[in-house]
Amino acid sequence: MMRVLLDPTSETQPALRARLPRLASLQGRTVGLLDIAKPRGDIFLDRLEERLRERGAHVERFRKPTFTKPAPVDLRQEIATRCDAVVEALAD
Amino acid sequence: MQPPLPDGIVAFVKRECPTCELVVPVLEELSKQLSLTVYTQDDPGFPQGIEARDDTSLELSWHHQIEAVPTLLRVEQGVEQERVLGWQRGEWETLTGVRGLGPGLPELRPGCGSLSVDPDRAPGLAARFGASQLRARRVELAMLEDEFETMVARGWSDGLPLVPPTPERVLAMLDGTTRKPDETLALVPPDLVECSVEKVAINAVMAGCKPEYLPLVLTALEAACTDEFNMHGLLATTMGVGPILIVNGPIRHALGMNSGKNALGQGNRANSTIGRALQLVIRNVGGGRPGEVDRATFGQPGKVGFCFAEDEEGSPWEPLSVSLGAKPGSNTVTLFAGEGPRTIVDQLSREPDSLARSLAVNLRALYHPKLLLGLDCLLVIGPEHARVFREAGWDRAKLLERLHELLQVPGKEFVRGADGIAEGMPEALKDKTLPKFRPGRPLIVHCGGGAGLFSVMIGGWAGGELGSQPVMREIRP
Repeated sequence: MMRVLLDPTSETQPALRARLPRLASLQGRTVGLLDIAKPRGDIFLDRLEERLRERGAHVERFRKPTFTKPAPVDLRQEIATRCDAVVEALAD
Repeated sequence: MQPPLPDGIVAFVKRECPTCELVVPVLEELSKQLSLTVYTQDDPGFPQGIEARDDTSLELSWHHQIEAVPTLLRVEQGVEQERVLGWQRGEWETLTGVRGLGPGLPELRPGCGSLSVDPDRAPGLAARFGASQLRARRVELAMLEDEFETMVARGWSDGLPLVPPTPERVLAMLDGTTRKPDETLALVPPDLVECSVEKVAINAVMAGCKPEYLPLVLTALEAACTDEFNMHGLLATTMGVGPILIVNGPIRHALGMNSGKNALGQGNRANSTIGRALQLVIRNVGGGRPGEVDRATFGQPGKVGFCFAEDEEGSPWEPLSVSLGAKPGSNTVTLFAGEGPRTIVDQLSREPDSLARSLAVNLRALYHPKLLLGLDCLLVIGPEHARVFREAGWDRAKLLERLHELLQVPGKEFVRGADGIAEGMPEALKDKTLPKFRPGRPLIVHCGGGAGLFSVMIGGWAGGELGSQPVMREIRP
């Protein structure tokens, strides 16, 4: 007799999406810096902002309400619409 | 699909039932007067003299929930109108509209159990005829495939053996709840996948649960998947915390849970498997696996599953659930994001203040003596420590208040660099005095049994709205 087990998983597969092409240059591009609200993330991002501006990038800063939860959908949408690239910082 | 019954009068019988033998003359009489269909469960040749239909597969009996034989039904346009179990002259006459049935028979004679509810056959019938209500993908095993190895190879296991989730076992598990198998319970993190009652039942089977545990597992999952509890964060954190389930109410006894000796340890099926079932759902449905979204540096053994019951009867205080707002006597589960238990020893304090001081100096050291306010704590008071507070008339509020007073730490002790230790609170706070915990913490619960002047502290995780808050839910059947 055929033995059957029921699948305990979600039975889903992640969708694979191609990455966006790398920016050829930062000149005049908008780079989002996302602070995930970990201690000292701001120190790291301040320095990064300086370096990016030196290379002609326009920088926008964003911040998650708390590092313990995923970024709210609205915040992700805002970053996606306003930025050409994003750097998400982890720090402690 | 339920196979329909023919219109008219329908009877279910079996030869091995003496009451069915007894009513054969009645059935003969009815078959002459009206449209009668007889289904026989064990012997297609029974009853003699009436053309009976073969239901030895028990398909109709199962689908129409025949519990006893003889069962007499009246069917109109494929819909059952009424049914009578066993032989009851008056009821049979009302149902059929025929008077003077079975003149030589007693007024009533109870029937026998239907073969479709025979404990040896029911699980197989449920799997055969009821499997259509199951939506999960069916994984067919090859002849020589070892089912235990297969489950591990497919990544379904937390590292321990699993009970194979066969359709029979899953259907039996689903009998433990009144909820429908396709009811959606929650979006399970981290993948935020919709999870049905059926998927929880499958994982509960694998964890080793009994069907009566299922309502608790379902409720625990709903609690875990709230924004307040923040299961996603618990997975993603590098700290070794996991969901701890604390059970209150009469259900503790109904499920045979342990709140006494070794309550936080091994050896009790309900304690050991209920927490494990929750973790398996998070792993298998939510996709929360160690090394992937689960980034714990060390983890801890309680992440296999951590569930215990409060000893309410021996407690000097109201149950934890009541202190959190539950109705006394209600069945609840409270989820707390916590790590492993650590024993606090004090074998000499007989005065409540001395014992409170003892608890406080230990609590101060939780995670780091110089880290304050960020992290939660669960304090498990053992029976012999509880006695000291009971005899002194200290209620929970009084103990909490005293602990709060004793756990005020001046800035010069906690600031970064103090005592030659770089770790600590920011310099800007150096002139302040801060408490170790936020108000209302530690959460206090009572369990354990036998001798031992001990209590236990369980470190929590980032507390409050920005981390994980304890979530209590009433257990629905």
